[in-house]
Amino acid sequence: MSDERDDTGEGSFGDTDDHALRVSKIRDGTVIDHVRGGQSLNVLAILGIDGDDGEEVSIGMNVPSDRLARKDIVKVEGRELSQDEVDVLSLIAPDATINIVREYEVIEKHRVERPDAVDGVLSCPNPGCITTGDEPVTSSFDVLEDGVRCAYCGTIVRDGIASLIET
Amino acid sequence: MRHDHLITSKQLSRADIETVLDRAAAIDADPAAVADRHAGTLLGLLFFEPSTRTKMSFETAIKRLGGDVVDMGSVESSSVKKGETLADTVRVIEGYADALVLRHPKQGSATMASEFVDVPLLNAGDGAGHHPTQTLLDLYTIRENAGLDDLTIGIMGDLKYGRTVHSLAYALTNFDARQHFVSPESLQLPREVVYDLHQSGSDAQVREHESLEEVLPSLDVLYVTRIQRERFPDENEYQQVAGEYRIDSETLAAANDDLTVMHPLPRVDEIAPEVDDTEYAAYFEQAHNGVSVRMALLDLLLSDGGDDDE
Repeated sequence: MSDERDDTGEGSFGDTDDHALRVSKIRDGTVIDHVRGGQSLNVLAILGIDGDDGEEVSIGMNVPSDRLARKDIVKVEGRELSQDEVDVLSLIAPDATINIVREYEVIEKHRVERPDAVDGVLSCPNPGCITTGDEPVTSSFDVLEDGVRCAYCGTIVRDGIASLIET
Repeated sequence: MRHDHLITSKQLSRADIETVLDRAAAIDADPAAVADRHAGTLLGLLFFEPSTRTKMSFETAIKRLGGDVVDMGSVESSSVKKGETLADTVRVIEGYADALVLRHPKQGSATMASEFVDVPLLNAGDGAGHHPTQTLLDLYTIRENAGLDDLTIGIMGDLKYGRTVHSLAYALTNFDARQHFVSPESLQLPREVVYDLHQSGSDAQVREHESLEEVLPSLDVLYVTRIQRERFPDENEYQQVAGEYRIDSETLAAANDDLTVMHPLPRVDEIAPEVDDTEYAAYFEQAHNGVSVRMALLDLLLSDGGDDDE
């Protein structure tokens, strides 16, 4: 199955022979394609989707991809992600494409863009930072070219950003 | 000055710095002229960590301007002991005072606290983060002794955890200053600070060294900081490292005759007492400058909304 078919929200995550797992295309919602292989659960964590609200979610992990070799795909039924939401994804899925689907048709398609800052998404890894205590403060990170930086203590994180996602 | 709060020296432009230093010089020249300028003004002191020089010089400064302090006292005797958040504490005390001075062990504490108050808040040290009022008095001392342009400065000791070092390094990027950072490898400047210094466009002006010898003869100023015993898990390692970064008459034999030796104090034994009586020593003068510089800063922040000079 090609990347193109995934982009349109069509069909299965694997090969289209009879032995492959098939996932039906969504009617209304969002398809997040070209997520780096293995990052789809972190994508859901960033979006705050844990299944408790009854969202219908399909995930394809480590699917062959022309562009990324291996990619993940996330399909969320019944929810159109805002630009702010998807921009946060750029921290862990910089190549992701976002497809907004209505009545089985892709009506909007765009790449994620790196935001200037992300608030309330990541927790600071510096135990000496004021945001790690019991204060009524929302974490805030400035987005750098190659990482993120805590707006409070200045700590820069370049690797392992996904491990900082607040749960 | 156009700042409501002073959180980090990074927020200060060269013009801001010179405004404060010029005002401090004017106060030093004629302290009587400002004696009652802030009569009735109350400065709230919130020190969550021990302090002698910073706290006392702020208290002296506001009193010499005609004002007074309201002091939270020690953490042990305050509501913090009962589990009150810093956010609540500053919101309460801003109702008692016209400006707040905060020292707190957590990095970013002053930034966060400033988001909860309307009165000016001055960061008097936030963990290993920043100490901008110390920087202003350091700059004043440098200006008085060596000048701030065409300056070669060595900054030595605990560069990793030393907030006075981080703040001074940022501020010096506003001037034509070559900065040499001398420390054991384990106490080098945090990569974040190095990143910022490079971002400021001062790449060519910043160098890191493990030995003072190679740079000492070229220095106009040597800024020494304390290497803290608690940073080392092993006492022997501490003794060895601390010994390599100690200044005495023998060390200074290789120095430029006009070298100015500074230290934010307190010192333990990183500068031998024999240096105190030499022409090099400026650290007690530096501590004394804390009063006039903090008077200048408070005067600027408390006058007409803090923007009366620009």
